[in-house]
Amino acid sequence: MPTKVEKDSLSGVDTTGHEWDGIQELNNPLPKWWLYVFYVCVAFSLGYWVLYPAIPLGKSYTGGILGYSQRDVVLADIATARAAQGAYRAKIDKASFEQIEADPDLLSFAIAGGRSAFAENCSACHGAGGAGGKGYPTLADDDWLWGGKADDIHTTLLHGIRSPVDGDTRLSEMPKFGVDKLLTAVQIDEVAEYVLSFTGRDTNKAASKNGEAVFTENCVACHGEKGEGMREVGAPRLNDNIWLYGGDKKTLVETITYARAGVMPAWGSRLDPITVKQLAVYVHTLGGGEK
Amino acid sequence: MATSNKKPGLFDHGLIEKNVTLMMVLILLTVSIGGLVEIIPLFTIESTIEKVQGVRPYSPLEQFGRNIYVREGCYNCHSQQIRPFRDEAERYGHYSLAAESMYDHPFQWSSKRTGPDLARVGGKYSDAWQVAHLIDPRAVVPESIMPGYAFLATRPLKAADVKEHLKTLKIVGVPYTDEQVENAAKDLEVQTRPDGDTAGLLARYPKAVVSNFDGDTKVVTEMDALVAYLQMLGTLVDFTKYQPADFKQ
Repeated sequence: MPTKVEKDSLSGVDTTGHEWDGIQELNNPLPKWWLYVFYVCVAFSLGYWVLYPAIPLGKSYTGGILGYSQRDVVLADIATARAAQGAYRAKIDKASFEQIEADPDLLSFAIAGGRSAFAENCSACHGAGGAGGKGYPTLADDDWLWGGKADDIHTTLLHGIRSPVDGDTRLSEMPKFGVDKLLTAVQIDEVAEYVLSFTGRDTNKAASKNGEAVFTENCVACHGEKGEGMREVGAPRLNDNIWLYGGDKKTLVETITYARAGVMPAWGSRLDPITVKQLAVYVHTLGGGEK
Repeated sequence: MATSNKKPGLFDHGLIEKNVTLMMVLILLTVSIGGLVEIIPLFTIESTIEKVQGVRPYSPLEQFGRNIYVREGCYNCHSQQIRPFRDEAERYGHYSLAAESMYDHPFQWSSKRTGPDLARVGGKYSDAWQVAHLIDPRAVVPESIMPGYAFLATRPLKAADVKEHLKTLKIVGVPYTDEQVENAAKDLEVQTRPDGDTAGLLARYPKAVVSNFDGDTKVVTEMDALVAYLQMLGTLVDFTKYQPADFKQ
């Protein structure tokens, strides 16, 4: 109860009139601008509480009269984006790969979408632009393990290679000739020499000659008589100079001893079907585009 | 106040200032409102978790991999929350659900993305890639700035206390069954043995990825555990079974 409002003699500020044991309380009100900003904030928060989700009520919450939900917004955003691409997406969905690649508009749409999906999902293994690396095939050339037609690439993309989660995945298994004692160390050395001879790099003709018999007995079924490979089982060509894990003698011996079984994830369950198709077109055009 | 003789009114501050007990009661009341507003929503948190099928407690190997994830501070650079924005959903997949991290103690949502989000990294790359990448990130991704974690491949996983570990998690609310606790050591080992008897493990932990992750069949390494954890992230909920409306809260 202010009783004696007066100016404080030292500071020149009004007192509140409160006094305790001779000590007076000065009256320094909040600056007006601050006070009004505060009132505006209070008013804003009241409006916000009414319009937007705000107050928890045990099992539920006040939803707000705008019915706003970020989860709805993201769905709407995606739907809008899909609709904007709708005409192209519908065509990609229906068209065969030949049709897509014959139509310049459709082709550039497919490549653009494929390129961005590739950068996010594929380049970690296959490298930027499909350059490849040890154990991860180069996609920017015309050498293919499981087939290089757009349809083949599409199948590989959808189901992966040795994917642990896809029943239709591309599957083949090279025996571990050394680990499982199917061949002796000498035989492995000889057959490696013979494989080198396909590209004229064998250094020990006698061993290479011995290796031919081993190769005929163990390797021909998949890799072919002259090491031409077999796409049905993803067996690589051995008579060119493209090597997935390395083509020097040491690496060949390692491969024959321990075998290789690279895994590619199945993308059919991760990406939407149209994106997978765009990816197939993009990868198909990285190299010469096998017909 | 010395000069006032007027009887204080009901809303007069003077009444409170002169009555210590009343002031204490009112202070308690005021402070408790602030506290309750913050605390009460936490008691209703169960109702904010979507009811989805598939989310299960981590298998022992995954749980230990998760411990290594925390130990190495992966969360400093990698988030595990796909926010409900179009750019994130397009890049990483379906936005994260609360249910997907309900057995995390503590959760690894993180807030910084020096590296990509890992909420759905499970199955995105092969085991061999994960191992090669952890040993030397630049061997597979030349432009990566992630440090290498080659030592994980040579350090045997210390898991003698796996049973106690699961029991402790049970105390804080992870619904491990007695059977899961009992078989913890066995389940941890067998998850790295594709030719072993994995039926029990897969019954107890559906969708667990069984693989000889690091290629070494003799020892269960920290690499095995971490890759097992990474390969299951975000794979438990089958989103083809749900409509967007199912996640309406």
